[in-house]
Amino acid sequence: MDQEAQGGAAATRGGLSTRWVELIVALLICLGGAIVVFDSVRIGAKWASDGPESGYFPFLTGACLLLSGAWIAGAVLVRWKRLASSVFVEWTALKPVLEMLLPTIAFVVAIKLIGIYVASAIFIGAFMVWKGRYRWPLTVSVSLCVPVAMFLLFEVWFLVPLPKGPLENMLGY
Amino acid sequence: MEDIGNLMQGFAVALTWQNLLFMLVGILLGVLIGVLPGLGGANGVAILLPLTFTMSPTSAIIMLSCIYWGALFGGAITSILFNIPGEPWSVATTFDGYPMAQQGRAGEAMTAAFTSSFVGAFIAVLVITFLAPLVARFALKFGPPEYFAVQFLTFCSFIGMSREPAAKTIASMMIGFALAAVGLDIVTGQLRMTFGHMQLLQGFDFLIAVIGLFGLGEILITMEEGLAFKGAKGKINLKVVLETWKKLPRFWMTSLRSCLIGCWMGITPGGATPASFMSYGMARRMSKDRDTFGKGNIEGVVAPETAAHAAGTSALLPMLTLGIPGSPTAAVLLGGLLIWGLQPGPLLFVEKKEFVWGLIASMYLGNIVGLLIVLTTVPWWAAILRIPFSIIAPVIVVICAIGAYTVHNNMFDVVMMVVFGIVGYFFKKLRYPLAPLVLALVLGDMAETAFRQSMLLSGGSVTVFWSNGLVGSIMGLALVLLCWPLVSAGLGAWRGRLRAAELAAESPRAGEP
Repeated sequence: MDQEAQGGAAATRGGLSTRWVELIVALLICLGGAIVVFDSVRIGAKWASDGPESGYFPFLTGACLLLSGAWIAGAVLVRWKRLASSVFVEWTALKPVLEMLLPTIAFVVAIKLIGIYVASAIFIGAFMVWKGRYRWPLTVSVSLCVPVAMFLLFEVWFLVPLPKGPLENMLGY
Repeated sequence: MEDIGNLMQGFAVALTWQNLLFMLVGILLGVLIGVLPGLGGANGVAILLPLTFTMSPTSAIIMLSCIYWGALFGGAITSILFNIPGEPWSVATTFDGYPMAQQGRAGEAMTAAFTSSFVGAFIAVLVITFLAPLVARFALKFGPPEYFAVQFLTFCSFIGMSREPAAKTIASMMIGFALAAVGLDIVTGQLRMTFGHMQLLQGFDFLIAVIGLFGLGEILITMEEGLAFKGAKGKINLKVVLETWKKLPRFWMTSLRSCLIGCWMGITPGGATPASFMSYGMARRMSKDRDTFGKGNIEGVVAPETAAHAAGTSALLPMLTLGIPGSPTAAVLLGGLLIWGLQPGPLLFVEKKEFVWGLIASMYLGNIVGLLIVLTTVPWWAAILRIPFSIIAPVIVVICAIGAYTVHNNMFDVVMMVVFGIVGYFFKKLRYPLAPLVLALVLGDMAETAFRQSMLLSGGSVTVFWSNGLVGSIMGLALVLLCWPLVSAGLGAWRGRLRAAELAAESPRAGEP
């Protein structure tokens, strides 16, 4: 109840509406269920001479997934009017989420290109300057210490190799 | 009595200086993980798992389980001092813990929390010590139908006991099963749901899901809430500890009740989180001064903490004896056992005695060590929380990425971790429970194998699940738990109608159970 009340207060400020997010997620679940059912039927979901076929169990899983998605979507539609004022995330709150998510995606791409150590140093440093507005000495020391500690812990002590890039190659690792 | 002898041998295993050191490191890491947002018992253990591959299995499991105890302890610190539950199971602790801290009774609240955590865990370990060998001996008789029935019970109790809507619990569970099915089918050698992508051949590893869902997802939610850690001073001295200890025996009844709730919810996988809420609710309903709950009643700290720790600990019982984990963290530990080449299940108690009893002995020691450590080091942890989030957040993301990569040394896993993180953000906000997804992903293959073998035994008839008393009663219990929300709603409505008839139009709250 109080979730909806909070939503009502927030609606004036605007945001992503809960009912649409609920509905879309439920429909995606239905879609996932349909894919599972479809693929299970393709490989055979019946009873062969030597026992259940490969798709037998996944078929049941997919069917349940499809039904539960439909159930959730139905429940959302039934409460459609009542959910009108409920906000999933306000636009102002979505901004920091994206400010975390997009750099994270960039970081993952960077791991592939320049190795995890350099990527982490840049990621942590950039984030500290951008969001925290720290001075350079602190930023540089944190963003260098973390990768160095990682390197010692993983490569040296536990002998677990992590993805490396051109810099590590140059240093002979 | 044979078990006592085994336990003593276990202590001999656990009490080597090396294992004690691992225990200490584990507890410290665990508290750190429990305190930091975005890192919790499940994904913390998942991230550290690859580091233990070179250790002996016994030392490794001792360290990892101690991380788990530490995380359970650590969650309480943030709830009480900062009103931020570091872990989902410490949400109920904030209700009374934070008001106490605001009144300047933080030390008292934390002593109560740690001590009751310890009591809960200790009782649960006693239960494990005496019940686990019996369950294991009993489970030796299990065939495929019985195994499937127990797994069915596990999943039904999730649906029945969940605080989330049943349809969402089912959806989340089925996603787990579907993801588990992706890849090579080991029985027929057929490819399932790979759609021509080589990377999907191996299927999805649940460790990646755990790190993404609980790690990155949590960070995104924390960003949205715009966390600013403002909290009470965390000071504990010996005087406060002793004074609180003097008060605690008064709550023995609450304690005992919470232990029972916790052990029950841990063994049948309801998990620590619902256990803590249930226990808080019960304590409040049974208490004489119900009105002070939520305003800094020490009993409101004792109840959820005891239950959460009892549940968290007893979740290891089905993991060890049946190979069915009772919580996501237990699932990760199970994954570890498999990687070290140990097959959890009843045979473990026969073939790897020293391992099992070493682990159980380490549970006793780990909790004692844990209690001493958290009581003495609280100010440090509070100081860590004062590090701004703009430093902590990227560091945690980096740690999650490393954790995801090291599972299989595969970049694709890191990408999947981010995808799971986004899913985790949406699911958490829409109240889809995450634990069933993880457990279904872990148990998917096992459940499917058991199901197939049972079907083969019966020639495709589901009556095999009612073919004897044992499997029938497990299935029956599972169905009761599955329908439990309907039953309790029906009872509530019936009782409400009775009361409404009695009170006529007087009480507007008659519908509440």
